[in-house]
Amino acid sequence: MASILSVVERAYHGTIEEQDDTILWLSHMIKNAGGDISLLLRGNAVNYAVLGQDATGLSFGDVKLEVAPTLDKDVENLISAGVTTYVVQEDLEERGIKHEEVAKGISMIGRAQVADLFDSHDSIWHW
Amino acid sequence: MATLTIALMDSPYESGTTTTALRIIDAAVRKGHRVNVFAYEGAVNLTMADQKPHPNPVKGTSVEDQHHPTTSEWVAGVLKTELVDWINCGLCVDERGAGNWIEGARRGGPPDLLKWSNESDNTLIIGTR
Amino acid sequence: MAQYVLIESRDPFEYGDPLYIYDLAGDLSAKGNDVTLFLVQNGVLTTRNGVKDNPLPKLRQKAPGVSVHADDFSLRERGISAANLVEGVSVSNIDSLVDLLVQDGAKIVWH
Repeated sequence: MASILSVVERAYHGTIEEQDDTILWLSHMIKNAGGDISLLLRGNAVNYAVLGQDATGLSFGDVKLEVAPTLDKDVENLISAGVTTYVVQEDLEERGIKHEEVAKGISMIGRAQVADLFDSHDSIWHW
Repeated sequence: MATLTIALMDSPYESGTTTTALRIIDAAVRKGHRVNVFAYEGAVNLTMADQKPHPNPVKGTSVEDQHHPTTSEWVAGVLKTELVDWINCGLCVDERGAGNWIEGARRGGPPDLLKWSNESDNTLIIGTR
Repeated sequence: MAQYVLIESRDPFEYGDPLYIYDLAGDLSAKGNDVTLFLVQNGVLTTRNGVKDNPLPKLRQKAPGVSVHADDFSLRERGISAANLVEGVSVSNIDSLVDLLVQDGAKIVWH
């Protein structure tokens, strides 16, 4: 089976749609289906690893979003499920995010190592 | 001949990626390759059967003058080759009310993408922005 | 050594992450990989002579082994003449891209 690197860079687009990030969700589905998948968060998607995100409180008319996204927990759940999850360190630093703010179990890599990560996977799913 | 799996996310008409994806699919089947298309999120709207062409009031042209094919017509065109297998993500379809689609597309989910990817020569993922 | 097909549909004018794919192409090439950078849609906006802070000549200098192709339809759609391209860019087409995409073992990256 081919090893897949799922690269996520676009962030915060699914809050009212699926109460998920669509690609974190799909990556977890692929893992559950037996896929050999790792995850790379780069660009704005590094913010998905930040603990303490809160998207509650949305209400339009008398319709409330009862189940809000918990993207930090989704990242933690991916890690717990055995999906090795990488974050580009420079992308964190550019956004003022400190290492202690991100989920435990995240693997930090430098930008210069992204090419190594691509080389070590058979298929790149760059979303 | 090879098999290529392609995942799409963009809804019709909002991005050049739809055009490029259709060009790639069309070119691949003209070369005799098989193409699997996994339509995810907004891309499930590409196959909606209720799409209708329209006149252009700015140019003062009629539907016939415009002769503007919809994405479902274009997808139907490549499906006719019988070299294209098209799966719409079922959950994405449900939340968009996009279930009335053209003949030839079928319902599925991410495990189908994984299966196709493992069985294909290569996989092209075209995300959205 | 792997074969990479990097397809860049974005341009450095609209996005805040303009060098990512160019840097990645250079890094993958420096590791000994066979890298093609295929520019399509607004990705071809860097091919026009006179672009300021253009990452293409820098890529050519850093990684001369990277093959850079521009989609003919995307060029024509934007009125970019083949005679006015940055040095090192070849005009290509979707048929040639498909040939690259079906290469055995190729790693494909769309951006």
